Parts: sequence; structure tokens; C-alpha cells
Amino acid sequence: MSFLRETWIVFSRALRLSLRNPVWVVIGLTQPVLYLALFGPLLNQVVAATPGLPPGDSWQIFVPGLLVQLGIFGAAFVGFGLVAEWRAGVIERMRVTPAHRLALLLGRVARDVLVLLVQALLLTLVAIPFGLRAPVGGVLLALLVVGLLGAAFSSLSYAAALQLKSEDALAPLLNGIAVPLLLLSGILLPMSIAPAWLRTLSDANPVKWVVDGVRAFFLGDVATATAVWGLLATAALVAVGLVVGTRTFRRESA
Amino acid sequence: MIHADGLARTFSTRTGPVEAVRGVDLDVKDGEIVGFLGPNGAGKTTTLRMLTTLLAPTAGTATVAGCDLRADPVGVRRRIGYVAQGGASFAEARAGEEVVDQARLYGTSRTAAAERGRELFTRLELDGLWERTCGSLSGGQRRRLDIVLGLIHSPQLVFLDEPTTGLDPQSRANLWGHVRALRDGGATIFLTTHYLEEADALCDRIMVIDHGLIVAEGTPERLKRQVSGDAVVLSLADPTRSGDVIGVVAAMPGAGTPSAQGTQVEVRVPHGGAVLPGLLRDLDAIGVDLDAVEVRRPTLDDVFLSLTGRSLREQPAA
Repeated sequence: MSFLRETWIVFSRALRLSLRNPVWVVIGLTQPVLYLALFGPLLNQVVAATPGLPPGDSWQIFVPGLLVQLGIFGAAFVGFGLVAEWRAGVIERMRVTPAHRLALLLGRVARDVLVLLVQALLLTLVAIPFGLRAPVGGVLLALLVVGLLGAAFSSLSYAAALQLKSEDALAPLLNGIAVPLLLLSGILLPMSIAPAWLRTLSDANPVKWVVDGVRAFFLGDVATATAVWGLLATAALVAVGLVVGTRTFRRESA
Repeated sequence: MIHADGLARTFSTRTGPVEAVRGVDLDVKDGEIVGFLGPNGAGKTTTLRMLTTLLAPTAGTATVAGCDLRADPVGVRRRIGYVAQGGASFAEARAGEEVVDQARLYGTSRTAAAERGRELFTRLELDGLWERTCGSLSGGQRRRLDIVLGLIHSPQLVFLDEPTTGLDPQSRANLWGHVRALRDGGATIFLTTHYLEEADALCDRIMVIDHGLIVAEGTPERLKRQVSGDAVVLSLADPTRSGDVIGVVAAMPGAGTPSAQGTQVEVRVPHGGAVLPGLLRDLDAIGVDLDAVEVRRPTLDDVFLSLTGRSLREQPAA
């Protein structure tokens, strides 16, 4: 019980600070909307002219990719906020309380997931006038995956931040991981049109499986192997994120 | 309140292991203000971080506020307050909210937390600042807010790491008053400082730490007595007589080796004030005229110098 209560205290404090300075929430949302408006229309022609793409129209291929991109990039950089809090002495101050170490992590992760879900929902709604058509159940499942993905990457980002304690060291590390994950995921264009070597490389990227899974949800194909692999890849990323995050936050010298 | 045995911490760095604390034994009794005095890098903060469960010791044991440091860190956390050197409040957060959230992490209800927080704001002269963001407070106010955050759960033992570093003299003296009031309210206080005046003015007992070891311990008075006596400085009207003067002062019982510099002759002697009348008569008898006489009580800096061979004042401020 006290664990949930402590997580709630950390969550509501973090959310309050986010809402008071919503610039980052807005910036995080602007980027996918810009992709939607300025890049999406190009895809109509490409999708129509390219053989070998998965079924579905350009929006059913593109919007799931943007959602996953939001899940990764919206969460991967939350560590910067933690470095600022650590420098101000806030982390240390919370660590001398009897609160569970994990609550200090999960409260912040929960805030990030909530912010992400709101952004993802808005993105999906904005895509409808552009021409997106998808089953409600599939979209809800997609949002669940985005939230879990966000939890995984926000935990990893906090773990890296607590370990490095420096923005200068954190930026190249996060970019060095997030950008290859993005490029090898087929988020912008499906990997089904990639040359064989690139496709092999991309098969090793769990995010690629997540993207394929979310695309299947948007087509309403929930009971397919693609959908299941997507969920499994998401679960694996969440497990890695939480284990690494927990271990870092529990370590006494962190 | 605190009992530590051989507490040690070695950090592994790229250039090899660094022994930040090399085996600290200490005892702190209920209701004491104990000061940890030493230059920057002596191991003060590392020791404090171990005693507050923030850093695992590589060796040694300790009981803090009745709980074993290794076996029951949560019990320790429940009973202690810690005010870190670098502050504890987030610039963008409001002061009152930080205080209430901190209290709630100790299990306090929201209303009880606000009540206790406002009471502490009054006690630490922060009235009217509850709704302000922490970043808009002055240095002294923000430091007092750190202390409110450390006291919010009424701990019986409070650790203050360099509580007045960076404050102007007035804020510092003001904060000393608050620390004394805290002790008068029944709390035990363990603080670190590299300010001699602070240790002298505030502490019942001082431990001097250098290179990760406690090199001396006692009341400020006792430590100062360990330095052999007071400094007696004689300014001569005629510097050519300094040889005669040295002969006279060296003959005083218990006197150290006199030193002469320009018109001044300096010697350390126990109870400088008591031997002075006799000394003046003796100098008068051999016809030496003095311009000035000064008796200087030893300072903690003299103590540190005599213990370590280095002056605390040579250390750059944090």
C-alpha cells in the first residue's frame, strides 16, 4: 500500500511540474503533427506506386509508425529532467526518506506515460481529417503499446541519467541508441521494401516488430502472428527497461 | 545516537581506488551538536552520506538513531533528517508544495504535512513564501527551506552538510540561532563545516577529519588547549634588543621556542594572560621598551595546523 501511495506522490508532483511548464509537452506533440501534415501527403503517391507494401492505405501504414516514434522519442529524453532534479538535490532528498526506491522511479515513469498517451490520442484524432480510418479496438491496443513502450524508454532514460548525471554525456548516448532504433524500425517506410541486408539488420531491432504489430492493429488484424510478435517485443522492451531502471534506482551508491 | 566503528569508503576511479574515508570511529550522544571539521576533500560529506544511508560503506558498521545502518536502512531513514550541501529544492516547484510532498513521503497526511510545514516556515522566518517558487527565493531563504525539508518529519537526529556555505555573515549567524534552537528542542545535530568560527560558535564537540581519518576530537576549548598555550606577541620599540627579549621569554616555564620577526617577538606559553605581568616586569628590569603587547588565544585553525601541519585557511572555499 505504501508503495502505491509513494508512487502516487512522486507521480502527482512530477505531473504538476509538467503542467506548470507545458512547453515540452507541446513541443513533443508538434513534431509528429508536423510529420503528419508535411510528410504524410507524400506517402499517398509512394504507397500507390510501390509494390510489396503491407496491406492498408498510406495513413494506416504511416500513423502507427508515428505513434511508435512518439513512444520512443517522447520518452527517451526524459532523463534530462532527472539530471536537473539530481543537480538541485531533489533525488538525494527523496532518497533519504523511507519511500521505496522503485516508487521514486515509477512515479516519474507514470507521469511520462500519461503525457505520452494524451499526445498519442491527439495525434490519432488529428490524423482522422487527413484520411485515417482504423477500427477503435485496434487503435486502443496501439495506444496501450505506445504507453508500454514509453514506460520502457523512460525507465532506461532515467537509469542512464542517474548513472551519468550529466546532460553532456546523456545526449550522445540517447541519440546514439534512439536514432538507429528509429531508422531500423521501418517507421517512416515499411521494411518490406528494404534490400535484404537492411531487412536482416532490422529484424534484430525489437522496435521493428512493435511497429509491424501496431500496423496490424490499425488494420484490425489482432489475432495474427504479426500482432502477437509486436506485443511480445513490447513486453520484452518493458521488462528490460524496468529491470535496468529498478537496479539503478536501488543501487545504494547511485 | 550515533555509534560508528571503522566506517570506510573506497571509490574506484579510472586512476585506481581512492580511499575517501579510511576507518572512522565516532560516538554522538543525545542532544549534542557535534561538528565535523576539515578541509574540502577530507571525507566529511562521504562519511555523512554513509551515515544517512545514501552511500554503502565498503567496511565498518554503524548504529544510527538506534537502527543498524546495513540491516535496517529504512529505520534509519525514518528517524533522521538530512540537509545536503548542494540544496534540495527544485527551482520551478513551489516552496509549500515541495514541503508537503516531502512530508507525505514519510507517511504524513496532506493536512498534517501542511500544518507542520507552515509551523516550520514561521519558525525559520519564511512566512509569506509558501506559494513562491523555490528559484525566486534568496540564498538564505532557500537554505532555510532546505532545512525545513530536512525537519519536516520531526527527526530526532539531524545531519547538516555545510549548512552555511555561501551565505552572508548575517544569514550565517541567523542560521546558527536556528540550529541552537533545534537542539534546545531536543534534537541531536551532526554537522560538517570548514568554517572554524562555525565549529567554535555552534558545536559542543568537534571531530577534526583529515585525509579520511579523525585526527582529533573534543570540545572546542579542549582542542584549543592542546595547542601548547597562547601566543604572546611583543612589539619592541628598539628591534636591536630582540636578542635580550628572546632570552627572557625563553626562560619562562613552559615556553616554546620564541621567534623574532622585524620588531616583533612571538612565543607560545601556557596561560599567557597570567605570565604577562611578570614578563613585563622582567623586561622593564633589563630596560626594554615595548610599543605593544598582544596575547592571542589559540584558534581552531591553530589546532588544525598543529595536528596536520597545514592551515585550514589555505584551502579554497567550496
